[in-house]
Amino acid sequence: MDNLGLLADGLGAALTPENLMYAAIGVLLGTFVGVLPGIGPAMAVALLLPVTFGLEPTQAFIMFAGIYYGGMYGGSTTSILLNTPGESSSVMTAIEGNKMAKKGRAAQALATAAIGSFIAGTIGTLLVVFFAPILADFAVTIGAPSFFAIIVLAMVLVTSLLGESKLRGWISLFLGLTFGLIGMDLNTGQPRLDFGRPELGGRLDIVIVAVGIFALGEALWVAAHLRRKPLEIIPVGQPWMGKDDWGRSWKPWLRGTAIGFPFGAVPAGGAETPTFLSYLLERKLAKKKDEFGNGAIEGVAGPEAANNASAAGTFVPLLAMGIPVTATSAVMLAALTSYGIQPGPQLMTDHSDLVWTLLASLLIGNALLLVLNLPLAPLWAKLLSIPRPQLYAGILFFASLGAYAASQRAFDILLLLVFGLVGFMMRRFAFPVLPLIIGVILGPLMETRFREALAISGGDLDALWSEKLGVGLYVIAALVIVVPLVLKARRPSNPSDPDGTDGSTGPSDSDGSDNEKELVH
Amino acid sequence: MPRTTRSRGRARWAPLLVLALVAVVGAGCGVTRGDPSKDMTMLIPNSPGGGYDQTGRAAVAAMEANDITGGTFEVHNITGAGGTIAFSELMRSDDEHTMLTVGLGVVGSAYSFGLDDKLQDATPLAQLIEDQEGILVPADSPYKTIDDFLEDWKKRPDQIAVGGGSSPGGPDHLFPMQLAKTVGIEPREVRYVPYDGGGPLTSALLGEKIKVGFSGLGEFEGQIKEGELRVLAVSGEKRLEGEMFSKFPTLKESGVDLVFTNWRGVLAPPGISDERRDAMIAYLEEMHESPEWQKALKDNKWIDEFKTGEEFKNFLEEQNARVEDTMKELGL
Repeated sequence: MDNLGLLADGLGAALTPENLMYAAIGVLLGTFVGVLPGIGPAMAVALLLPVTFGLEPTQAFIMFAGIYYGGMYGGSTTSILLNTPGESSSVMTAIEGNKMAKKGRAAQALATAAIGSFIAGTIGTLLVVFFAPILADFAVTIGAPSFFAIIVLAMVLVTSLLGESKLRGWISLFLGLTFGLIGMDLNTGQPRLDFGRPELGGRLDIVIVAVGIFALGEALWVAAHLRRKPLEIIPVGQPWMGKDDWGRSWKPWLRGTAIGFPFGAVPAGGAETPTFLSYLLERKLAKKKDEFGNGAIEGVAGPEAANNASAAGTFVPLLAMGIPVTATSAVMLAALTSYGIQPGPQLMTDHSDLVWTLLASLLIGNALLLVLNLPLAPLWAKLLSIPRPQLYAGILFFASLGAYAASQRAFDILLLLVFGLVGFMMRRFAFPVLPLIIGVILGPLMETRFREALAISGGDLDALWSEKLGVGLYVIAALVIVVPLVLKARRPSNPSDPDGTDGSTGPSDSDGSDNEKELVH
Repeated sequence: MPRTTRSRGRARWAPLLVLALVAVVGAGCGVTRGDPSKDMTMLIPNSPGGGYDQTGRAAVAAMEANDITGGTFEVHNITGAGGTIAFSELMRSDDEHTMLTVGLGVVGSAYSFGLDDKLQDATPLAQLIEDQEGILVPADSPYKTIDDFLEDWKKRPDQIAVGGGSSPGGPDHLFPMQLAKTVGIEPREVRYVPYDGGGPLTSALLGEKIKVGFSGLGEFEGQIKEGELRVLAVSGEKRLEGEMFSKFPTLKESGVDLVFTNWRGVLAPPGISDERRDAMIAYLEEMHESPEWQKALKDNKWIDEFKTGEEFKNFLEEQNARVEDTMKELGL
């Protein structure tokens, strides 16, 4: 309970009009930079670090917090509106979010993302306040075998996303896994599948793959059909979330928070896996299953909450152990050091005033994000009333700019085009694109964890079930496979239950005329 | 009627107005002053927050604070392939206003990726710092001294999982391999686990997933101070400075004939004029004397090891030969 008092002191120190102004500038700058695909929160904080050199630590932290949350939120804005995720953790948001936008529900998607981020960020920050030291001790005991098990579970769940044609789904997934192999092999330092190009020596940037497949592929698809189909105007729709939207959003917000936070708190947990798990969970739990793939609000609310909760969770290892687990927290750590603050276990005791101010700043940054962005949501949504040719031209421009901005290489634009063509061909031949993206994200994670576990054990496969958590996850994975089979066997003939076999497919979209082959389920 | 359309139009452009405003604020924060023809670029071969980034940005900050170049600096992070992408970019460039921060890890990657160019083929400007490696164990490890560890390691090198924050070819990998060779262990037998930087390595050590870690000590100061990690030895010629760090013995003191240091320095593109090279070396020399740089050295626990021009070039050649030997021995 002492912590609450300290947090109140921190809030007291942070809540001055001047500081609120810094928070507001931070949020605006962060959102602005985050909107550019390719520039994530890490780059935003690094770019703006020099700006804060003249400031007091408190003000600098407040600005950081604003930039951080703003950057994360900016990424989801473009995901929803333009199908161009700004960073890997908002890739999942694009899937349902952009579908919602196309149905004229962009404002609701943006609002549920903003409110979900706020709720998840706030709960996450409060969890950091109360449990950081305890969680940190537990988190380090989780090793590669458990991570591998989590990813195996995720892979098992992926099979429900393969779409109507399982063969196409598998091809798409394995194509993604193959793309995930490109780059330097961490265990030997050797380049793989680089075709002699040093630019392919690093891991593929997930943002470039996702933007290429989603945005560019779709733009090409639309361009190829513009002349054959009448131009459709995207309806503007309601500006605010309705009662139904609230009812459908609040549970995914909380579930997303519950999934996201532990991944942030565990060193090297990452923000991609939880967004993906949250999406799958919402899809499984959804009452209106056929809406998934056609703009289900749950599919935006869950992953957005998950990525923000994960972002808040990263402060657990950062503050309690001095371990930066993401590029952004590495930059934050560098900033702390530049103020003469030594990160590490004693940070909470030696500089408790600053730590509490930082945590208070996170809450303030988060609240300001909501205040500034919620009213903007209907305005952003109006961007979509731009006629299609111009809108897609804008998306192409934006996508290329983002691909280039990430590391200022012309080669990345070429890559973007290649993935755009892959995305176009996949739409043309009715391959679902989601398994591919998931393969690109999960493949490298799976490989890294697998090889880490085996490197430690010297190649002994028993290492894979050496952790209790891991074994538990395998059991869940097994249940996920077995239970539906058992249920199916018990109810052998029930034609009125189409979900018994595969609840995830079927483009039963009500506005069926639009892109009937676009299987982004 | 005109009224309503006008207000609708305004609403539509409001987001853009906000962006424009933010852009102005953003631009205002980075006001460019001085002569644009003197503006320079500093390339960084890894992501923001990493070791090269900290060194490169500290040097840039010290040069800007003292207006040494008469212009401003733009810092570019070019990530990927262990720094070889940034290095290749430098080799293709002929811009007399570009520098690249490099280090031992880039030497290793240039070898792994089979680059034709070596670091000494660029225009070596200066070595900026040196960083010792340390040998770390978790608090309740049975190894109390470096001898305890080496004795056990010699007995069963293939059973003891050791780790570092770099992939093969990087400093945290080269150090244990050279150590193994020095004490008579076949480097190929070493069970080395690569981690993606100091953060994951710290958690692997704290969670006792690996027995011993090899890394620069700067990132571990907190854990060492708390007693959660212990340092068995450091790799440099002399002990580190500072109350806490000066307690750790060097390998040489412990009877192991090995000195290993990680280092970082600055290169310019190949083929630039001699005057321009000398001018850039002069900038770095002036930077080296500045109080800002001296403070950065102290804050980051970097060792002040500064050499320029030919001397730095010879050093690079020697480092390259050493890395190639180790990697060939491992069959990599």
